[in-house]
Amino acid sequence: MSLRPASAIRATRSRRGGRDRDGAWGWLFVSPMVLVLGSFLVLPILMALWVSLLHWDGQSNPFSGQADFVGLDNYRTLFTQDGLDRTLFATALRNNAYYVLLTVPLQTGLALVLAIVVNQRMLRGRGALRTIFFFPSVTSSIAVATVFLFLFQGSGAVNALLSWIGVKGPNWFADPRGVLSLVLGGLGLVDPEHPTGLLAEHSTMGLSWFEWLSGPSVAMCTIILLAVWTTSGTFMLIFLAALQDIPRELEETAALEGVNRRQLLRYVTLPALRPVLFLVLTLGLISTWQVFDQVYVMGQGAPGNTTLTPAFLSYSAGFDNADFGQGSAIAFVLLALILVLTGFQRWALRERGARTGRKR
Amino acid sequence: MTLTRKAVRKAAREQGTPVLGRFPVALRVLGYALVAGVALLYLLPFVLQLVTGFKTDPDAAAHPLSLLPTTPTTAAYQRLFGLSEAADGVPFLRWLGNSAFVAVVVTGGRVLFDSMAGYALARLRFRGRSVLYTFVLAVMAVPGVALLIPKFLVLNTFGIFDTYTGMILPLVVDAAGIFIMKQFFESVPREVEEAAKVDGAGVFRVFWSVVLPMARPALITLTILSFQGSWNEFTHFLVATQSGQYETLTTGLARFVSGGLGGGTQYPLKLAAALLSTLPVAALFFAFQRYFVSGANAGAVKE
Repeated sequence: MSLRPASAIRATRSRRGGRDRDGAWGWLFVSPMVLVLGSFLVLPILMALWVSLLHWDGQSNPFSGQADFVGLDNYRTLFTQDGLDRTLFATALRNNAYYVLLTVPLQTGLALVLAIVVNQRMLRGRGALRTIFFFPSVTSSIAVATVFLFLFQGSGAVNALLSWIGVKGPNWFADPRGVLSLVLGGLGLVDPEHPTGLLAEHSTMGLSWFEWLSGPSVAMCTIILLAVWTTSGTFMLIFLAALQDIPRELEETAALEGVNRRQLLRYVTLPALRPVLFLVLTLGLISTWQVFDQVYVMGQGAPGNTTLTPAFLSYSAGFDNADFGQGSAIAFVLLALILVLTGFQRWALRERGARTGRKR
Repeated sequence: MTLTRKAVRKAAREQGTPVLGRFPVALRVLGYALVAGVALLYLLPFVLQLVTGFKTDPDAAAHPLSLLPTTPTTAAYQRLFGLSEAADGVPFLRWLGNSAFVAVVVTGGRVLFDSMAGYALARLRFRGRSVLYTFVLAVMAVPGVALLIPKFLVLNTFGIFDTYTGMILPLVVDAAGIFIMKQFFESVPREVEEAAKVDGAGVFRVFWSVVLPMARPALITLTILSFQGSWNEFTHFLVATQSGQYETLTTGLARFVSGGLGGGTQYPLKLAAALLSTLPVAALFFAFQRYFVSGANAGAVKE
């Protein structure tokens, strides 16, 4: 634009009043971003907020008063209305809670162990190991889920492996019973088919306490294994970066002082990793509430809704049952939950950083 | 055992040997065996996938674990590439073409638009810059999965549902890429730009011929991550399209696979398709590993 040297020199020299000197260029440079993120992130949120207050089947125009305005009913039914809505939503919440409770500790623990192993200087082939552990994380979730379907099918590799050691593997994608209730049934403590007593007689959101506590189904367990297998590599890299930030001299001094490995891990390595550990745990929490791809490929909620998650329920409410109002309401409950988790993470990490900063 | 370990440890302490050197050989062998076992768990699914693609259907069902096909065949691959009859509704080449087209266009868009926005946020002074930066950070926190229905609503309203435009346009800018580019541009010394400006170059000239060539490492990272991301993208294409002609490798494969649960049918074909859809990203990964690594860590520290 301004190719004349004089104006350019003037512009660089006078800092004051230069706040807007790049104004037009600045807005030109960010305009694609503003247009795309505005149209496909902000606008959809606003539109869906409106649709979540409607009873809309996807046919008429939702913005011209042709769909019934139902206020907060779509939200209310999720929590209070008797019947299918509430039970399905409660089931989806329960399933996802199991998924979170098992996936997050497993993936974090495994990633930490892998990182510590790969960080050992005496270990040969560390680069190759790092590659092997990380590779599943960069592949397509759909392709990987396909492989897991093959491994866990009734006559698949996993069951073949189990039969070698004399165990009859379960029918992974057809058994809707919870693992916990199966174990309790096996021990003769409860009858999983006809539960009685305190747990069966009380219910919350349309699910009996027994159903809340029955544990993930074996199909959900395969999705959990898949998640742990694919994500541990990414989290390993995050841990590894933190481990390599620990000064090497610290370890060597500790060794000279006669500190053993367990003490080194407990008093030097783990404390240094604490902020990263928190980061990885919350990143895990945020992402595990969004599980969708794997659910879509490995069962779509089957068997018996035991792999149904809120994300998938939102999708199927809209696209399979043409109830976009209900689907949007579920999406917003999920959105709120995840934003709260993200907000908590940012707040806690900032707090932590400030506190350590003041101390040192 | 405890006695010898104690003795070894004591001796090591006296000599000041590094901690890791104190372990007896047997323990090291055990350690290597353990590590190798875990590594095998990460590799075996891929190995079985590769092998099963060359099996016949009955063979794959009867011997899912065997690492050697009893009667090796390339039938699955021939079917995918349309070289033999009975493709069974798997227009694989169509999926491949769509994935490649969309991934290339999206990658091009992201590299250009993300670096423009990143540069503006890092270097250009204009009203509203800090608000926009906060906006980028906020956008990164929005979970994509909660936006499935909302995205469909917008695409429908704009009349670009079930078109290439609707598949591509929402993906051509991404907040994480803008963040990576902004971080990079801030680390570049200002002097070069100032000098170019004194020589009479305008803002666009400085950006295009001075700053972008210097940003090559960041641009490579962005290119690779964008390609991998858009090649593996699933949920957006699932809600942005309806007709078979826009099916990509991910959506096509997902619809093909999620049907026949539990039964051991056509797994050589399914796994061959899955393998081929992983191959481009796998090749990129092995060629440019360190860019994936820096991407994984940039994603973690985007606070």
